[in-house]
Amino acid sequence: MSVEPIATFETSLDEIGVELVRAPAAEFESALAPLLDAPAVGTPLPFAGVSLPDAVETDPTVADLEAARTGVTAAGYGIADYGSVVIQGGPAGEEPVSLYADEHVAVVAASDVLPDMDATFDRLAEDAREGTGQAVIATGPSATADMGALVKGAHGPIEVAVVLLEDR
Amino acid sequence: MSADDRRRKAERIRHLLETEGDSVHENTRVFNEGRYESTADLDDYEALKDEARAIKENAIERLPELLDRVTETVEANGGSVYVADDAADANRYVSEVVDGRTVVKSKSMTSEEIDVNDALEERGATVWETDLAEFVLQVADEAPSHIVAPAIHKSREEIADLFNEVFDPDEPLETAEELTRFAREYLGEKILDAEVGMTGANFVAADTGTLALVTSEGNARKCVQATDTHVAVAGVEKIVPSVEDLQPFVELIGRSGTGQDITSYVSLFTPPGDSPTFGGTDGDDGRGSSDEVRELESGDDREFHLVLIDNGRMAMREDDDLRETLYCIRCSACANSCANFQHVGGHAFGGETYSGGIATGWEAGVHGQESAAEFNDLCTGCSRCVNQCPVKIDIPWINTVVRDRINRGKEGKFDFLVEGLTPDAEPGGVDFQKRLFGNFDALARLGSAFAPLSNWVARSAPARSMMERTVGVDSRRELPQFERESLVDWFADRGPRVDPDEARRKVALYPDAYTNYVRTERGKAAVRVLESLGVRVDVPAAGESGRAPLSQGMVATARSNAEAVYEALSPAVAAGRDVVVIEPSDLAMFRREYERLLPEDNYDALSENSYEVMEYVYGLLEDGANADALSAGDGERIAYHGHCQQRTLGLEPYTLAVLEERGFDVVTSDVECCGMAGSFGYKSEYYDLSVDVGETLVDQFTTDDAADRTVVASGTSCLEQLDALLTRRPAHPVRLLDAR
Repeated sequence: MSVEPIATFETSLDEIGVELVRAPAAEFESALAPLLDAPAVGTPLPFAGVSLPDAVETDPTVADLEAARTGVTAAGYGIADYGSVVIQGGPAGEEPVSLYADEHVAVVAASDVLPDMDATFDRLAEDAREGTGQAVIATGPSATADMGALVKGAHGPIEVAVVLLEDR
Repeated sequence: MSADDRRRKAERIRHLLETEGDSVHENTRVFNEGRYESTADLDDYEALKDEARAIKENAIERLPELLDRVTETVEANGGSVYVADDAADANRYVSEVVDGRTVVKSKSMTSEEIDVNDALEERGATVWETDLAEFVLQVADEAPSHIVAPAIHKSREEIADLFNEVFDPDEPLETAEELTRFAREYLGEKILDAEVGMTGANFVAADTGTLALVTSEGNARKCVQATDTHVAVAGVEKIVPSVEDLQPFVELIGRSGTGQDITSYVSLFTPPGDSPTFGGTDGDDGRGSSDEVRELESGDDREFHLVLIDNGRMAMREDDDLRETLYCIRCSACANSCANFQHVGGHAFGGETYSGGIATGWEAGVHGQESAAEFNDLCTGCSRCVNQCPVKIDIPWINTVVRDRINRGKEGKFDFLVEGLTPDAEPGGVDFQKRLFGNFDALARLGSAFAPLSNWVARSAPARSMMERTVGVDSRRELPQFERESLVDWFADRGPRVDPDEARRKVALYPDAYTNYVRTERGKAAVRVLESLGVRVDVPAAGESGRAPLSQGMVATARSNAEAVYEALSPAVAAGRDVVVIEPSDLAMFRREYERLLPEDNYDALSENSYEVMEYVYGLLEDGANADALSAGDGERIAYHGHCQQRTLGLEPYTLAVLEERGFDVVTSDVECCGMAGSFGYKSEYYDLSVDVGETLVDQFTTDDAADRTVVASGTSCLEQLDALLTRRPAHPVRLLDAR
């Protein structure tokens, strides 16, 4: 993986106001800590040697989701050009966890950061053919201009942060 | 249209300008500027548009096969597909699936098209619109005024008043943030308790059965996740062959619509999805404390129904002129870049469901010609939308064709009067007003022959009153003053002044109807300017280009005009002479519309050898002609308004370059159109809108920096509008160069 998409990813995230924290897998917990506002919910992370702290509820009730200030999920890909993350929702609840909390923290492996939409859609198409049921290209927080001015945080998160696992 | 109909239409437009115009204008301006900025960031914008266009052409061509394919893949995934013939068929199916349960919906224009909410509510279901704008409209019981931002006509203050009245919150709501939070919470409860999630689909990939939903708020995701049953309604034209095909659209749709590089969420759902659900609580006695222990439920049994709607689309596919409409991805670029839409919005510029430029195609195709007839005249053919459309639909042409069909479908009460009097190729039913403007050439010829008497008569109060009553020429508009001596006659007397053997180039200057009979001064200036640069000029008699009848939807007349113009100019072209055109709208005919009106070879010959006069001067100077032969600007301060069609053709920079080269100090307008648009501003039903649009241009030319500048414009219509609305008399740029 060349460093170029990562640098572009960083710039793009900055442009859309998404905080980026870079850390090796071994330092994930300490990198995540300042981003976690309690109560937090999450889904299990698929990266070797990386797991969520106990304080993060991974089997939330409806009430937990509604009360959550932070929701942590893995993202299947990052898209450098746009500063997007791809949330692959499944039975573990990535979709509600990334939607209901005030802040969504997406954890993405550096090796999954793709340069552009072309490369991304090649992967997404392959994934869909292999049975991935859901992929949401999420770029920044939810937003609306429907109430007369731009408001961040419509039905979805008000804030988004990305933790980039440098050695994954 | 009768005088009463015109008066009613004018009143309706005035009402909308007053009540909704400001909000619509402010919002569309943001979208429009955003689109220019966001698309400029793309390295390969044109290539992406070509790619998107090719995918749509291919998909519509292969539609029957793709319908079969998507049915197979969705069913193999465990979902159901229903292809509905029409709205009633779709609603019957959806009602059966919903079966009286509570539905939460994300925004879908296709669901508006079939009025599914009404159908479901009649069958006992409760339906909540969760898109915040759609929610506002549901609460207000109003129709969308924009296909992407449906409540664009309402200001924050109006929404706050509405919510405070209807919901009576403890603390009155005021800011956009407060309104958003309130709606999020209110709808959050509805989502939690609903059992059916209904969405549209921006695209459907046939190879995998994947839906793409382009959203910003996150409500579509919630509607699908929270519920046990997902119903997606989409027009059959939304199908593309594969997931890879989505890429250009994902890059173009947000930029083209609201001017965002990408919207917050592009969801690719390959349903039925297995995200855990909330299961709904319909039938329970409410929520509250039970929430504390409410667990998420497995999503493994989620049902999925894809309802693909024909409702006229398969017939549009067979229609050579309407087919392009099916390529539309409903981004709203055509609405946002349309001067009339920017001022009056979709409640005037729309039919039963769709609004904006392309709506004419949609309404004619899905609801019928009558629905398109309501607003079709608001497209003036200015062509500003043409380069903005991400799938390169010739939207003005669709508007023209539908106008022609509407013309032909009507009985005209002035038939006995106009048959034989107007030398056009149209049937009797065409509206007398349209025929009057469509035959401007004949009118101008008579006006010129009898000038100045014709001008005195036309200006008299009884004549103006009669014209307003019978043909709807607004009496507040000044009429063109016909010159007794036409440009062609003037030139025939005067003769060419450059020896053909010594000429740098030889040209035929096309005498468009306005230059020939009304604004002869700019024609004479063009002759002198070209001659001063060593060009041998001739001014052959050639009729009106067809722009006038085409703008009235009189396609057959436009075609016969085009053929006559070709006949008149082809000897010059064959002799190797260039054709120089002063009026941009006529050059646009040669370069754009003649492709549809003339045989291919004739079109190629004329379009490739025709130039706008300032473009031609630029070329001559580049080619080494002596610029000093032209009048010098000496820093004269100019405010220049380029013509809409001239800008669509990319020709404005030539005028600027030449004026700047000659030492003029130029600022330009950035409005899409002056609002006059040929006959549009003369029509009594549209006069107020035309002036409202023109006032935006006037504002730009009356700023501190522009107020004392000489006003210059390339188009006849722009000159008429500016002349009417400013105290300074505007001129064509070629007159600035005329050293005479």
